Order: sequence, then structure tokens, then C-alpha cells
Amino acid sequence: MAKLSLDEIQKVALLARIELSDDELVVASTEISSILDFVDTIQNTDTAGVEPTSQVTGLTDVWREDSVEKCAIAPKLLLAGTPDMQDGYVKVKKVL
Amino acid sequence: MPDLNYLSITEAHELLVAKKISAQELTEFYIGKIRNLNPKIRAILTVCESQALKQAKKVDAKITSGAEIGLLEGIPYTAKDMFLTKGIRTTAASKILEDYIPPYSATVIEKLDHAGAVLIAKVNQDEFAHGGSTENSSYHVTHNPWGLDRVPGGSSGGSAASVAADFGIFSLGTDTGGSIRQPASYCGVTGFKPTYGVVSRYGVVSMASSFDCVGPLARSAEDAQIVFEVIAGKDSKDSTTIALSDKTLSDKNPVGKLKAVFYDDEDSDAVSKGVAAIEGSLLDIQTEASIAELVPLELALAAYYVLVPSEISSNLERYDGVRYGSKAKDSKDLLDSYMKTRSEFLGPEVVRRNIIGTYALSAGYYEAYYKKAMQVRTLIIQALNKVFEANDAILVPTTLEPAFKIGSKSDPVEMYKTDLLTVFANLAGVPAISIPIGFEPTTGLPMGLQIIGKQGDDIKILAIAKHIQSGSDWHNKLKELKL
Repeated sequence: MAKLSLDEIQKVALLARIELSDDELVVASTEISSILDFVDTIQNTDTAGVEPTSQVTGLTDVWREDSVEKCAIAPKLLLAGTPDMQDGYVKVKKVL
Repeated sequence: MPDLNYLSITEAHELLVAKKISAQELTEFYIGKIRNLNPKIRAILTVCESQALKQAKKVDAKITSGAEIGLLEGIPYTAKDMFLTKGIRTTAASKILEDYIPPYSATVIEKLDHAGAVLIAKVNQDEFAHGGSTENSSYHVTHNPWGLDRVPGGSSGGSAASVAADFGIFSLGTDTGGSIRQPASYCGVTGFKPTYGVVSRYGVVSMASSFDCVGPLARSAEDAQIVFEVIAGKDSKDSTTIALSDKTLSDKNPVGKLKAVFYDDEDSDAVSKGVAAIEGSLLDIQTEASIAELVPLELALAAYYVLVPSEISSNLERYDGVRYGSKAKDSKDLLDSYMKTRSEFLGPEVVRRNIIGTYALSAGYYEAYYKKAMQVRTLIIQALNKVFEANDAILVPTTLEPAFKIGSKSDPVEMYKTDLLTVFANLAGVPAISIPIGFEPTTGLPMGLQIIGKQGDDIKILAIAKHIQSGSDWHNKLKELKL
């Protein structure tokens, strides 16, 4: 039975970039643990030598002509939904 | 004016061609219906009245000029809010996209636009399509037209409810693990999930990229096929698209004797009775075994609930409040801004799936969960390939129970279990359709039968569904709905 501690949930939530309150951490720990129990049957399946499937179309290396296509959407329109802008640039908090 | 309620695509087309109604009148009729009845059903997120009327008038001008019109010209439809629509708000039922107005449209929306169809509304769904009841919408709950205290199913619940309530002649939905078929079944309509890759996903909000499919919900398999043939096809903007061969598309009458696999369980009584009613008279079905003996269904469901959250956690990284979408107001640095934005604007099920997926992909757990589940996926595909070597189709109930009561499944795992009979089709990328097959006796609610074929057999399973509907009446029961 997989049981995730509050610390482990906290760590995963940070990796997922989601802030959880103390109460939410407790609920998440119970819920995530019960979901992990639910999917645990895969652990008891013999998969030795079985190739993993990551896609089902069988397509490989889909190419197109190496040519420039004009974007039909004006840059201004592309940036119309950007929450924070300055001088035509996307604004973010200081990184370094 | 002729009776415009519950028209099929062909019936509406004939009325337009005969000039018994104009496209504008038809559009206004549907918008009026939404205005009157949607407060009861709450299937709609955004009504696109001005754009719809503009499109309808274009069709009318064409009719007046004496030009021939195509089958979908002037036909009103709704689309799940997963489809980007240029200039029309697209939310994926999430608060993180509450004010998002896309600068371009999804390929399928463009194709329908080009075919003259009239988009009249964007409809409700589970947030980012995470769920099976539309209760996970960040806006409101949608009610099942067959019983207002019941869910419409999900995640394409608004699509199914809008077709059942006649707010549009058809709807576009997405299906990652049953999200077209299960709500179609709960609302007594027809829902078709094509072979993976046959319909473009360019401009469709991503959920789990190796599973997501686009397809129609409609009153009948005939209508579903009309829409499918317009939206299908290779798209240079979506490198995962494949073309159905011309041979498959022209293979119109493959129905005869049918070798099929069924689901043997007393829980599926209502569906078994429906199938028994058509057996002999309509289809000569030869069943040899039960699907549960041939495909490990519980194992498929478990693998699905590892793989899909993993792909979700990767796809939803983009909602960070930087380039578009909602952004939290006060944050001290960039990391804090990400954390607060996602916490404030993503709903509980979306958070849950992101955490599960991040966990399954994280160092130390990748092999045990993600890789293992990908191997199990191979085993499921192999088992299904064997089934299709010996059979034409799999006939199983879409769900074991009819639509459940709103608020009755608060435990996430209980909700996941309702996907038992739908997810395996997505793991293998095979086409599947749900059609109404009768009513559950104690509740009187509709039940759905799924017809599942091998990859590329889209037209074949549509033909089987059309054949069943040509000799039965369950799909027409919508007309008796009193709202």
C-alpha cells in the first residue's frame, strides 16, 4: 500500500508548481494514496521483455518541406491575452 | 413554419433547400431554444449569437443566388469549450482561461466553418476534460435532460446535453478515455470516437496527447458520419494525423453476419435486452466469449490512470500565467507567481491529476509507474489485436449504470471506475461509437451500447450503428423528452 507522507506530497506539489495549504496537503495525501492503491495492480503484472507503447499511430519522423510559412496571426493579436506586458515584451518577475 | 424540433442534419438541409425556412430562421430558432430552456439544463458556457447569425446570412445569400448548398451548410451546432474559436472566448471550463480569446481556430472548427455549419454555442465540460460528470467545470454543473437531478456525464457533458435538449443539431466533443461515449450514453444520443489520429487536434486544448481524439455527438450514427467525414483527414498542422484510406471510406455496406465479443454481466441487463431485441431481426451476431475473459479490463483502467495524469502533468505545464491566461496578483518571485497562479486558478481534480502525474514521472518512480503502465498498454493492445483477429467488433455497454445523481460520487476513485468499459479503446487508439440501446427499467434513464472496431474500421462501425438504428427506435426517443 502506497502511502504518501505530507513531506512527499509537498515535494511533488512543488515540482508540479502548485501551492497547497496545510489542509489541502492533508486531503491530497489521502486522495493521492488511494489513487496510487487503485493503480497498483499494474505492479503485479509480468511485463518482462514487453516493449513500452508511447503512441499508437505507428508514425515515425513526420517531415514537411523546409520552407518558411507566413504566420497568419499578427503578433499583436498573439500577445493580446498576455497578462503582463511592457513595450511589446512579456513581463515576468526577476529570475536571476 | 414547419416543426423545427429535433431535426436531423438531412431533414434540416431539405427544409433549407426547399426554402421552407432560412438559415437565419433556423439559427434564431436554436438561439431562442437556448434562451428558454438552458436555464434548466445549463449546458452552455458562451452563446455566439452575432457570429452565428453572420454565418447563417452568408448561407441564405448563397441559397437565394440559386447555388447548391452542402449538407452542413446552415446547420447549427455546439462545440465543447476545448476547441479554440477565433474571437470567441475559450475556457476549457477552467478559471485559468476565464478571459482567453483565441487568435485562431482549431482545424476542425475551420473545416466546419468552411462547410457552412453554424457554431451557435460553446458548451460546458469538466475542467480541461478531467472527469466523467461535468461536475468538475469551474463554472457550473450541467443537468441531464432526462432527469435534472442527474449528471449528463463527461467530460463532454455539455455537448451531450445540448444535443439531447436540442440546443444544436450536433456537437463536437473530445474523448480521452470515454468523454464522448459516456455522456452520449447518459443523455441518450450517439457519440463517436474515431481511430486515434484520424481527426486533427490542432487548436484543441491538450489533455493527454497519446489518447486525445476529436469526434461528433449527434442524434444518429448517420448524422455523426456526415460530420466525421467533414472533420477527418490529414492536417499539416498536426503531425500525428493519419489519413483513412479511400477504400475504407468507400466501404459503405460491410454489415452482414457479425462475429462479436460481448460483456457478460448481470449489471448490463438493460443493454443485453436491447441487443437481444435486435439480434436475429437486424444482426446475426455470433458471440464466442466475453470481453472480460479476453482483455484485462481492470488492469487497462489502472494503466490508463497512470499514463493519462502523466501526460496531463506535462501538457498543463503551459498554464503558468506568463504568456496567456489568468495570473495571480501578488507574488514575490517567478516561482511564487507560478505556484500561486496554478493554485488559485486550477480546480481540485486538475490539481489531483497534475500531482499524480508529476509523481509518476518523477525520479525513482518513473520505472515503477510510467514505464510499467506503458508496458501494460502494450499488453492491452496485444489482447485487443487477438480479439479483432477473430471478430468483427466488440459490443459492450458504454457504462454499467445509467447517469448517476449530481453530487453522489465525491470519491475520485469511484468516479474513475465508471470508465471501465471505455478506456481500453483509447489505450489501443481504436474507433468506438456509443448508441442508445434502451432504458434502465427502475430509473427510466437511457443506456448506451458501444460498438468497437479495429484501427481504421471507422466506417465499418458507423455502418453497424446505422444498420441498428435503421431498424430500431431508441435514438428517436429524444423527441419524447419534455423539458
